[in-house]
Amino acid sequence: MAQPLVEVRNLTKRFGDFVAVDNISFDIQEGEILGLLGPNGAGKTTTIHMLLGLITPTAGSIRIFGLDLAEHRETILKQVNFSSTYISMPYSLTVEENLRVIARLYGLSNITQQIDDVVKKLDMQEIRGKLTRKLSSGQMSRLTLAKAIMTRPKVLLLDEPTASLDPDITQKIKAFLKEYRRSENLSILYTSHNMREMEEMSDRIIFLQRGSIVAEGTAQQIVERFGQRDLEEVFLKLAREERRI
Amino acid sequence: MNVGRIGALLSRHLYLYKRSFARLLEIFYWPFLDLIVWGFITIYLAQQGNQLHGAVTFFLGALILWDVLFRAQQGIALSFLEEMWARNLMNLFASPLTVGEYLMATMTMSIFKVTAVGSLMILFALVFYSYDIFVIGLSLVPFIFNLLISGWIIGVLTTSIIMRFGQQAEVLAWGMVFLFQPLSCVFYPMEVLPAFLQKISWIIPPSHIFEGMRSVLLHGEIPTVHVIWATGLNAVYLVGMILWFYHTFSICKERGMLVRVGE
Ligand SMILES: Nc1ncnc2c1ncn2[C@@H]1O[C@H](COP(=O)(O)OP(=O)(O)O)[C@@H](O)[C@H]1O
Ligand SMILES: [Mg+2]
Repeated sequence: MAQPLVEVRNLTKRFGDFVAVDNISFDIQEGEILGLLGPNGAGKTTTIHMLLGLITPTAGSIRIFGLDLAEHRETILKQVNFSSTYISMPYSLTVEENLRVIARLYGLSNITQQIDDVVKKLDMQEIRGKLTRKLSSGQMSRLTLAKAIMTRPKVLLLDEPTASLDPDITQKIKAFLKEYRRSENLSILYTSHNMREMEEMSDRIIFLQRGSIVAEGTAQQIVERFGQRDLEEVFLKLAREERRI
Repeated sequence: MNVGRIGALLSRHLYLYKRSFARLLEIFYWPFLDLIVWGFITIYLAQQGNQLHGAVTFFLGALILWDVLFRAQQGIALSFLEEMWARNLMNLFASPLTVGEYLMATMTMSIFKVTAVGSLMILFALVFYSYDIFVIGLSLVPFIFNLLISGWIIGVLTTSIIMRFGQQAEVLAWGMVFLFQPLSCVFYPMEVLPAFLQKISWIIPPSHIFEGMRSVLLHGEIPTVHVIWATGLNAVYLVGMILWFYHTFSICKERGMLVRVGE
């Protein structure tokens, strides 16, 4: 098999005494969508923040494109981007201005053309000149997705990209991501606590609980291993077991 | 250092100021009011046939120079606050942007602000009070340069505290610089301070600038010693402060504060 684009080894994050991420290891292959599934507080967001260099790991290593993140931050981050329903962009700028700033930050050339492109792809023509303050939550998530794909990343980190969106927009974003992944051969790390969405989106799933990986494989494999009918049952079973501990 | 990324940050702030009347107003409002009040005070002092020889020249001069320091500081600290309020820090620091580039951009912003406010104040003073700050002469160049650097030092210090302690430390962006005002001897000579405070004042770079300004205006002396002290101290503090900022930044990344500030 080719070298994975992302290699995480024994990654641990402690905040004081609290262990948020506990010795996890995983790879992401080129063109693969890896799902990070887990209840609230499992450590999904912390893991993503470590992959972006926003949080320093307590232990373990992160290699992206074969390079160590701590040593090659700039080179790596040029080709990585992220989005989440929880992030925002400056309200006082228009959508286009925000995209311009991002384009310059990532050193894109032909910026106007790139913006034209992404605006068309995500159907944002009518909000292009709008103040970011005036966007609906659905439009906002299109903007943050636009900022993420405009820089043509090879690795895309999506932290609950559809949480708090209505089903119609959720459906559109998921369809777009699947198609985009296919056309660009993009690697995606996708977090969610929505089992059905995970099953639908991911090639492979990592089940995270209290910072540890408790199961790994395709949705089918995980379901079989735990002798349940679907992911949701696995999720509930694990959650209940945890409560008994 | 990547110039394109520094430019990206500058364009972000210029878009912001282009659209925000409140922000533009804030830049000019205070200096303008200060100038009016101090202008009348100096006129009054002049009418009293002041024993305070040269008072007319140095109050307004001090005010304009103080504002250079204040705006330079704000250029740094407010730039950070804007990112915090906009919850934009993650977008910035998950990009290839480096801490050094970030600092360079805010320092450039502070040069913009100082230039804008400074030229306006100089113009106001000239038009309304026939006050010409250029009587200070060539010394004005090292004065302004040093005040700019001191402003950066205080601004970076303020930013590091806000980054570390979050929203509750916000007010420092306006207040911090005034902590240094008494010992910077802006409006009075260093010799009025008690002896032990004079010693502390001596190691605060702006005090040498204001002391130097008075010596130019009162005695026509070029204050070489003060300029050398100010420059030397500023150089040491600036390097120290930048190292401190890098240190604070890495602590914040360890504790996960960077992704939380503004929440
Ligand atoms: N900066 C931080 N300081 C202390 N605890 C944190 C910090 N960030 C996250 N945590 C804790 O780490 C755990 C995992 O959080 P998170 O990664 O956000 O979980 P998830 O995204 O899976 O819901 C939570 O219990 C959270 O409270
Ligand atoms: Mg989360």
